[in-house]
Amino acid sequence: MDKMPRWADVFLVPFINLILAFVASGLVVLAIGENPFRAIWIMISGALGSTSGIGYTLYYATNYMFTGLAVAFAFHARLFNIGGEGQATIAGVGAALVLLAFDWPYWWLALPFAIIGAAAFGGAWAFIPAYLQAKRGSHVVITTIMFNFIGAALMGYLLNGIMKNPDTQNAETVAFPAGTHLPTMHEMLAPLGISFSRSAPVNVSFFLALGAAWLVWFVLWRTRLGYQIRAFGHSETAARYAGIDAVRITIIAMVISGALAGLLAINVVMGEQGRLIKEFVEGAGFVGIAVALMGRSHPFGIVLASLLFGMLTQGGFELMWDMPTVSREMVLVIQALIILFTGALDNMVRDPVERLFLKLRKGKS
Amino acid sequence: MTGDKQQGRQETAAPAIELRGISKAFGPVQANRNISLRVARGTIHGIVGENGAGKSTLMSILFGFYKADAGEILIDGQPTPIPDSQAAIAAGIGMVFQHFKLVENFTVLENIILGAEGGGLLRPSLARARETLVELAREYELEVDPDAVIEDLSVGHQQRVEILKALYRSADILILDEPTGVLTPSEADHLFRILRNLRNQGKTIILITHKLREIMDVTDTVSVMRKGEMTATIATSDTSPTHLAELMVGRKVLLRVDKKPARPGETVLEVEDLRLRDENGVERIKGISFSLRAGEILGVAGVAGNGQSELLDVLGGISPAQGRIRLKGRDIPLSGRRANGLARRKQGIAHVPEDRQRLGLIMDFMAWENTCFGYHDDPRYNRGALMMDNGAILRDCAGKMERFDIRPPNPRLPAQNFSGGNQQKIVLAREIERNPEVLLVGQPTRGVDIGAIEFIHQRIVELRDSGKAILLVSVELEEILSLSDRVVVMFDGRIMGERITAETDERELGLLMAGVSGEAA
Repeated sequence: MDKMPRWADVFLVPFINLILAFVASGLVVLAIGENPFRAIWIMISGALGSTSGIGYTLYYATNYMFTGLAVAFAFHARLFNIGGEGQATIAGVGAALVLLAFDWPYWWLALPFAIIGAAAFGGAWAFIPAYLQAKRGSHVVITTIMFNFIGAALMGYLLNGIMKNPDTQNAETVAFPAGTHLPTMHEMLAPLGISFSRSAPVNVSFFLALGAAWLVWFVLWRTRLGYQIRAFGHSETAARYAGIDAVRITIIAMVISGALAGLLAINVVMGEQGRLIKEFVEGAGFVGIAVALMGRSHPFGIVLASLLFGMLTQGGFELMWDMPTVSREMVLVIQALIILFTGALDNMVRDPVERLFLKLRKGKS
Repeated sequence: MTGDKQQGRQETAAPAIELRGISKAFGPVQANRNISLRVARGTIHGIVGENGAGKSTLMSILFGFYKADAGEILIDGQPTPIPDSQAAIAAGIGMVFQHFKLVENFTVLENIILGAEGGGLLRPSLARARETLVELAREYELEVDPDAVIEDLSVGHQQRVEILKALYRSADILILDEPTGVLTPSEADHLFRILRNLRNQGKTIILITHKLREIMDVTDTVSVMRKGEMTATIATSDTSPTHLAELMVGRKVLLRVDKKPARPGETVLEVEDLRLRDENGVERIKGISFSLRAGEILGVAGVAGNGQSELLDVLGGISPAQGRIRLKGRDIPLSGRRANGLARRKQGIAHVPEDRQRLGLIMDFMAWENTCFGYHDDPRYNRGALMMDNGAILRDCAGKMERFDIRPPNPRLPAQNFSGGNQQKIVLAREIERNPEVLLVGQPTRGVDIGAIEFIHQRIVELRDSGKAILLVSVELEEILSLSDRVVVMFDGRIMGERITAETDERELGLLMAGVSGEAA
């Protein structure tokens, strides 16, 4: 009724946000004495200008899809899971244990078990804060942040202790069996006669992430569990009136969220590293919050937002490489500006655009 | 050249507020259409109308929240543009909203000076406010402890703080939007005394409400709004509730429910020694027992906050309690995992809650998602063990909308976009069509327009006539008297007495509600 059309809501507003973010970033680049148009060109061509760039972009996007879906899923139950980072870290241990347990002959045999291992460990790491929230009322934001630190410490302990590869100085496990190597995009496209960068780490996990996005949509909007989760998220008092078990929903939503975050380990640990290393999550758990925010907690939006953030990450690395005056921190500033404009300042653009549409419509009628 | 003459006339006859040709549209909806209104100084002027008639929009324009598309506002005969609420306050207009705008963890005094601190340091303005407050309290019966923290005050006292806030800003015109919606009858009476005092001191008061009794009791003149237009302005002494109701709805309405005498059957629900403590350990229900028979409506009367809401929550499975309830001879668990809303519905107890927006509906959900709420594990709405059958729910919702005349009949519209009456019909359709053994109904017509009240009452009576048992909780004594066959009155968590509706009256029940026991009355 008194709303703007859906396409404007879903595409136009984020697009304007993005333009504003680029303008603000351009001013920052200008301030350090560089040409902002060149910087943008380097970022875009670095992310999309070659199959290698695209391969890295999709690789990062895969990570953000998993963590973005994790944040969004919990958010539908009005739970703010900030613990994607820790859940993915511990999920890496789960995946590694599975992959090191046997001399796996084929990747397609190892993959389902690695998924189970990663999801179970990620889910378990989310279960503890979920239980404390449901039964004791300890706020899940606080506990999941704590569990990020505990997870990192536990990882360090394991990789310097029982899981350490005795043959190196580094805190890492031995390499996984060769049979667990996931097909990369290069290997998948070669039989079709399409050439794709050999070095790009994007692998079959990308499709796993798309599948997970579909599954999240299906669970939330087509199953009874999803109905209960959304009802609980919208109104806890009404959920109680309807007889929806708050404890059960809180725990299930958080465990599924943790499991989704955990799948990141498949992409990085199994797909890219081939062994478990420290700090492999590299902040993707936190980027997931921005991704979920920008994707408006909808799987389709999250896929798009993940692609954008994948481009930013990859483009940012290229920028650091090509513009020596642009430091790593500067890239972070640019990424943060984009998060600021697309996430936090969303209403700044949304309201005027909405008013404009109403005015236009009134002019017509 | 005629300036002096005009000045003179204004001194005597200019209305405190005059609106000329006010129009306001929101998109395609014309909320106010060419409205003109004159309110004389020193009067209480009522504005009535159904929900969505445009009352609140009009007052928001007067208080500077919305800008009118056309028309002008005159205060004391002077054209006064009101672009924002600052301008409204400067023009001497004060507003008391339906939902109070107080800082919960501030004291009364701090709330009153908020926005009118008058300097960088708080101490002098607090001292000044304290003086003024004492004066105002004496003058208008507006006693409030200036150092009390807002969240510790009763709703009635919070409202007084809102009025004091307006008076502290030297308001001459006071607008109150549905002020008694949250008050107990005695608090409401006190409020009316305050309003009369204010009027006698020369203040002008605009009272927005949809309760006709209040209009009759307290106002001097009354205006009726319907569909964005001002349809009539009359002296209150020249009209009657029936007449006003007709003007509001645009047709004749039955204020009394048309029903046949009840034919009660066997006992369906037995409640024995029910007790409930809240989380602070305060006993809210202090051992009550009653029974409910098939084919009757049992009314639970009482001033709000005497345990009726808690009774509904316990019977509906929302709060655990001690005691015993039996449904058709079978024990129903009152605590533990099996005491929840879902289980109650399966046993045949349906519940139309008092607060439909917080309990009965998910406001962000679309209508069709709400019509299966609480019955979401019914095989009729499911496909297989895990999935919801969205198609079946949509079709079911469309049918309910037709049978209950829910408007607009669009299952995909979010619940919050329906009017209060239509929201209530969504809840009612969901619970009544289940054909439950026992229907619990709380405040079925709170915030519902008159046309819908008639319809809702008829549906409840129909369910009774089909041999079902109904427990009706309402703070509107009139509703209890017209709808129920038997009444119990609750006071302080206990049942004060039981009466046959046909053999009692408002006075007798009023005494019971005030805690005067049946024998003494």
